[in-house]
Amino acid sequence: MVNLTTKIGSLTLANPIMPASGTFSEDLVDVIDIGAIGAHVTKTITREKRGGNPTPRVCEVRGSMLNSIGIPSKGIDDFIENVIPFYQRYDAPFVVSISAHSADDFARICEEISVPGVDAIEVNISCPNIEEDGKAFAMRPSSTHAVMTRLRAASDLPLWAKLTPNTGETTEVAEAAQDAGANALVVSNTLLSMAIDIHSRKPKLGNLMGGLSGPSLKPIALRMAYQCAKAVDIPVIGCGGISTVEDVAEYLIAGATAVQVGTATFIKPTTMVTLVEELRHFLASQNITDVSELIGTVRDDDAADSVVFMEAAP
Amino acid sequence: MTDRQLNAEALASANGEVFETETRVKSNVEVNGEYRHLVLDAPQKILNCKPGQFFHLLCPVSGGHQPYLRRPMSIYGYYPEKGELHFLYKVAGEGTRAMADLKEGDGFNVLGPLGKGYSIQDDWNNLLLVARGVGLATLAPLAQEARRLGRKLTAICSARSPDVLMSTDLFREMGAEVITVTDAEGTSDMYNIRAIVEGRIAAGAVDALYTCGSNRMLKLLQGLGAKHGIPGEIALEQQMACGVGMCQCCVRSFRRNDKIIHERVCREGPVFDMQEAMEW
Repeated sequence: MVNLTTKIGSLTLANPIMPASGTFSEDLVDVIDIGAIGAHVTKTITREKRGGNPTPRVCEVRGSMLNSIGIPSKGIDDFIENVIPFYQRYDAPFVVSISAHSADDFARICEEISVPGVDAIEVNISCPNIEEDGKAFAMRPSSTHAVMTRLRAASDLPLWAKLTPNTGETTEVAEAAQDAGANALVVSNTLLSMAIDIHSRKPKLGNLMGGLSGPSLKPIALRMAYQCAKAVDIPVIGCGGISTVEDVAEYLIAGATAVQVGTATFIKPTTMVTLVEELRHFLASQNITDVSELIGTVRDDDAADSVVFMEAAP
Repeated sequence: MTDRQLNAEALASANGEVFETETRVKSNVEVNGEYRHLVLDAPQKILNCKPGQFFHLLCPVSGGHQPYLRRPMSIYGYYPEKGELHFLYKVAGEGTRAMADLKEGDGFNVLGPLGKGYSIQDDWNNLLLVARGVGLATLAPLAQEARRLGRKLTAICSARSPDVLMSTDLFREMGAEVITVTDAEGTSDMYNIRAIVEGRIAAGAVDALYTCGSNRMLKLLQGLGAKHGIPGEIALEQQMACGVGMCQCCVRSFRRNDKIIHERVCREGPVFDMQEAMEW
């Protein structure tokens, strides 16, 4: 018997498989039993109602996809009234992803969403901050620290900081988030990318650019998850390009305590529930009885810190 | 069968309506120069479909073709008694090129049936559909449903030339009156189609209008519907990622109660009220 129980700070998950924000909603219950996964993570919500970006909002590139959905949101009132009650029927921890374009608004929604039924808040600090020329909060350690300090003061719930790959200061940002009170890091969001139709010469996304996700993001996000796990003491949740049990194992070995599955669910909506069972089989095949035995077991003993934390390809 | 497939089968569908499942290709043949007809050997559980619904298809990756996202495709036919699911498609891009390579006996992963299909209200006895090209595939199951319910159907089928007119035999088999219009014969212009539809309306022979896809057809039928107070429905397309409502990628604009709203084609659609649909 293999124990998949995973702890993220004070929260206990039945297994380490959960959805990535934006790739999951109540709609998925038409296809799978969402009670079988470790946690439920919502699409990012904002305080105000928002419409989202122009279409096309998604395009595919070889073996991966770009998206620029924006953050269409029905607003926080609708969310509290309709969405939170839906998830109450499940034992899996309910994690709400939130965002805002200023620290003030961010702190406000963080406080307002700290209501019964919400078990943790994933703070999407990878989104543009209008007070910093549209640079994402999580691009810099200073803006990360500043916004996380405000968010920490606004809620007693566990805060998971979702980091961006669009930075050259991965470990400094991770340390800043931890220092300001984050309870876990989600590593990472999508990578800013572009695709152009050579016949029409138009960008393939209505918003010109968008985030890369899917298998081609995995080596980048894995590298970041590894660096973050080395740099901080709080749990790291790996996210980026996971579609197979080998991907899950790789993130866990790199130091992630749990993982989020995103784009793969679009390709195969049964991916998450399948991965739970496959992880059980994989661990059994390795004679591992508890998933925690795999976490952070990467054999990097001989590597110098300068190599572990490098931010440029050698 | 691999573990993964077995797991997916066992765990697919929490509510007994939508399934991610493996089917097997029975045939995949060229219909005329432009279209292909794919027949799948499909389990009963996915054949409880409604006209206008769609499946989200996992097009096979091969050396030559590497589609990544699933492709939404409207259902051409569903036959529980034969255990068959049919699609009619035009080879147009990476996904359909990959589908064209499917051979008899190949496995094919499908997700569905998805979305909200066409409705036929109790007092809609005379139905009129207008469709062109591959849009005829989307409307074919409506003809089947109309026959099942004993409603009279008129199908105006449009194409470039008479030899690429599709599904007219199928519509006739379903008891529909078929009117063909083609570019080659100079009969497919909007003025002529308008005249045909108006003639039917004047004769009191239209309770509901149906179409799909085309902006021009929408504009024509929306105008006629509004003018004569005749309800209608249109199936719309939009690029999709997840197909089940999670990603918010496939939204379109609609006019409702004097406001512009956004709805997901995969979830609230793909069939929408004709008067609420907006040109694009």
